[in-house]
Amino acid sequence: MLEIEIDGKKLTVNQGSTIMDAAHTAGTHIPHFCYHKKLSIAANCRMCLVEVEKAPKPLPACATPVTDGMKVHTASPLAKKAQAGVMEFLLINHPLDCPICDQGGECQLQDLAVGYGNSSSRYQEEKRAVVGKDMGPLVSAEEMSRCIHCTRCVRFTEEIGGFQEIGMANRSEFSEILPFLGKTVNSEISGNVIDLCPVGALTSKPFRYSTRAWELSRRKSVSPHDGLGSNLIVQVKQNQVMRVLPLENEDINECWIADRDRFSYEGLNSVERLQKPMIKFDGKWHETDWQTALEYVVKGLNGVAKDYGKDAIGFLASPHSTTEELYLAQKLARSFGVNNIDAALRRSDKRVAVAQQGALWLGSSIIELLAAKSVLVVGSTQRKEQPLLASRLRQAVKKGMALNVIHTSDDDLLTRINGKLIVSPLALVNALAQVLKAAVEIKSASTALDLSAANVSAEARAIADSLCAAESAAVVLGNVAQHHPAFAELLSLAQEIGRVTGARFGIAAEAANSVGADIAGANPQRGPMGKAVTAGIGASEMLAAPRKAYLLLNSEIEADAYNSSQAVAAMKQAATVIALTAFKGESLLDYADVLLPIAPFSETAGSFVNMEGRLQPFNGVVRPLGETRPAWKVLRVLGNMLNLSGFDFNSAEDVRAELLAHGDIAAALNNQLASIAANVAAGDALVRVGEVPMYQADAICRRAVSLQKTADAAVPVIALNPQDIAKLGLAAGQPAIVSQGEAEVRLQLVADAAVATGAVRVAAAHPATQALGGLFEPIQIKRG
Amino acid sequence: MLSAESLAKIDRELAKYPADQFRSAIMGALRIALTERRETGVTPEARCLNAEVIEFVANYVGIPPVAAYEVATFYNMYDMKPVGKYKLTVCTNLPCALRGGVNTAHYIGEKLGIGIGETTADGKFTLLEGECMGACGDAPVLLVNNHKMCSFMTREAIDKKLAELE
Repeated sequence: MLEIEIDGKKLTVNQGSTIMDAAHTAGTHIPHFCYHKKLSIAANCRMCLVEVEKAPKPLPACATPVTDGMKVHTASPLAKKAQAGVMEFLLINHPLDCPICDQGGECQLQDLAVGYGNSSSRYQEEKRAVVGKDMGPLVSAEEMSRCIHCTRCVRFTEEIGGFQEIGMANRSEFSEILPFLGKTVNSEISGNVIDLCPVGALTSKPFRYSTRAWELSRRKSVSPHDGLGSNLIVQVKQNQVMRVLPLENEDINECWIADRDRFSYEGLNSVERLQKPMIKFDGKWHETDWQTALEYVVKGLNGVAKDYGKDAIGFLASPHSTTEELYLAQKLARSFGVNNIDAALRRSDKRVAVAQQGALWLGSSIIELLAAKSVLVVGSTQRKEQPLLASRLRQAVKKGMALNVIHTSDDDLLTRINGKLIVSPLALVNALAQVLKAAVEIKSASTALDLSAANVSAEARAIADSLCAAESAAVVLGNVAQHHPAFAELLSLAQEIGRVTGARFGIAAEAANSVGADIAGANPQRGPMGKAVTAGIGASEMLAAPRKAYLLLNSEIEADAYNSSQAVAAMKQAATVIALTAFKGESLLDYADVLLPIAPFSETAGSFVNMEGRLQPFNGVVRPLGETRPAWKVLRVLGNMLNLSGFDFNSAEDVRAELLAHGDIAAALNNQLASIAANVAAGDALVRVGEVPMYQADAICRRAVSLQKTADAAVPVIALNPQDIAKLGLAAGQPAIVSQGEAEVRLQLVADAAVATGAVRVAAAHPATQALGGLFEPIQIKRG
Repeated sequence: MLSAESLAKIDRELAKYPADQFRSAIMGALRIALTERRETGVTPEARCLNAEVIEFVANYVGIPPVAAYEVATFYNMYDMKPVGKYKLTVCTNLPCALRGGVNTAHYIGEKLGIGIGETTADGKFTLLEGECMGACGDAPVLLVNNHKMCSFMTREAIDKKLAELE
């Protein structure tokens, strides 16, 4: 510990801290631009110059380590003169266009110029001008003359984004910030450079020129997309969401958010928003009032229950719904006598719900996962599924974590991988079994599973070595594993690896409230807090063996189901499809017969339980649009209209309180399967790898216009290993036809050595591929 | 995009640096790429670096293309603009200027009918101003194609040199 003095204030700080760190602990503000606590130190803006006693000249606080007995003056005449001098230089080439600059009012340069600069400039000569750049549909770099070359954006893409996409070209006066010639910035977390830019050089393309920063009110919220549960600041004006920014939470999202969290708000203001209840009558849609629509729903449910029995009704809830909505949906279903309710819509393995004993979760907190010395990620397209978690794992690898991967494609994770097994979906179980077998050998342990079909490869041994040697290790199953027909095997093997090696194991929950759905009881086998209930059937069975009536909560089943063609067929044959939805999507209009407009996360109070089991309540940030109502209210009224008891709630908090009265969330989190069984033999056939593209994951981001212009939202292609292309006699770069069952889809065929042999990578959920069947089922391919 | 010979040279550059500092090899790699293009290119456009070449070299070395672009644009000896078969860079820094460096540049310009920073119509010569080459005692000096230094460039020496380069 070192004793130092800042502005006369004595404090002790750790060896190796900088003056900036020390000032931060002392509560002293030192002006800065290029310094950022999460980025490396550049010391190139020079704004943080301070006076240090016995130093001959002012020193940059961000890059000067403290020494014992150091006396720092941050506001002495020398420091002030230095800061004013730096400010004068920074303003020489900075245009005075604050009145038309999007950053005006929330600009660090503006603020610091007021605080530390002079009132007028002595510079009379011409200012330099820099041509604008194209960084893609999200980040605008039109006014690069405003850039002060702090290089925060460059360091962000390199250090946090994982791949340097922005650079500073040329030298001295000619320096310019730009992406590589002809390229756009494609990182899935690129939007953070907008927050980082201390001036108006990098601004938000969807937001710019729409309003002024001071006209916005800031409301807290939680991201409704991936399972991380990033904390958000939603900025609203005149009852409309204008912009979304990160809310700092060191345990979850630090000070970043993914582009999906940031730009999906455009979907909230989409023209496809459903504003009035609608009923289909004689094949035509009619707007109606709530009373009529709800009576229609009640009549429909009662009618089907009477004619076909209550087992002919299925409730399908999106895991992007709030905990309260999911709780009420299952309460409504079960009170009415319907046991078929599920929120794991894309899960194909029905055995998991039967064997699970609580809510499936990460198995540890996010912080604990990141602190593990060795992590094995199974079946996860990490960067697209959980963009920010992938970024945090990259930071953890830099600090010494050994990251191991078992997956169906060798995607560039932009980090060092310790061991990897890239296999076809049919060999995924076998690959994980190899790791278990190796771990059993290393630890001289035993397992009840029959692993005779697993021949341990060198890579599997390396992974097992890493898991066994680490003092803390974790196995995490991603979306591909969770959607996989052998999810039960994968989870069983993870459980066994956990038992043998002492590693924690769990799933990286797919959606914002996947864990919350299990907690709320939106699960065919288990009620609230994992309590036993009369078992029903899960989503995949409800769609495989069609029901007569479906109630869809927040779901566009054609994009949310494991087998989209089967799902649509099931909807079309049903007597009634009741959709509680925020959007009137084309397919919904086709197969549903009543649409009830419900509020998205921004217009209702509720909560999400993230992958680590953390309940995060939030309030609505704007009033519901049109006649939209929060879904918990709709479900409450439906409960009353169906003459069910226990539907007297006054607020979402009431609903939550009733759920929480069932028990403790922490106690309901449980990844242990009651029975483990594993058939570890690898299969050999052409099988589809149907991942959900990042911006097709839920109804809101599907309608976010700017996100849909990004490279990640492009029309899916068929990606095949070049060996398979040669073997099948196909030609890359030309269209090919893939088919599952009857439906055929014609897409561009691309050779990609990263794809495992035997795997046919065709993304799901996109309108272009919705005609296809199961995500990880056999697929045929021919010349197109 | 580059010859096997050039790639072998880049491999040699890569071998010069410790494993965790391999990115330093980008400077040598860009120099090798530029040299090959200058020797094989038939038009001024084909003799300089461009986005494709920089991306190729960056990928070969294993660094992001934009990082290579930063290097290529920072140092002025990497030609990013079309350049003649012979690039003549005359030092016009103070010591050279005192000994006639500026006059040398103007004389070459007059002889070739181009100004500083320009290329002759036949794409043969490009005349550039350069910074100190560390040979002030030999002033005026000029550099041919980055690699060949010519000292004491009096008018006679220039006439002779240009004749040689024809």
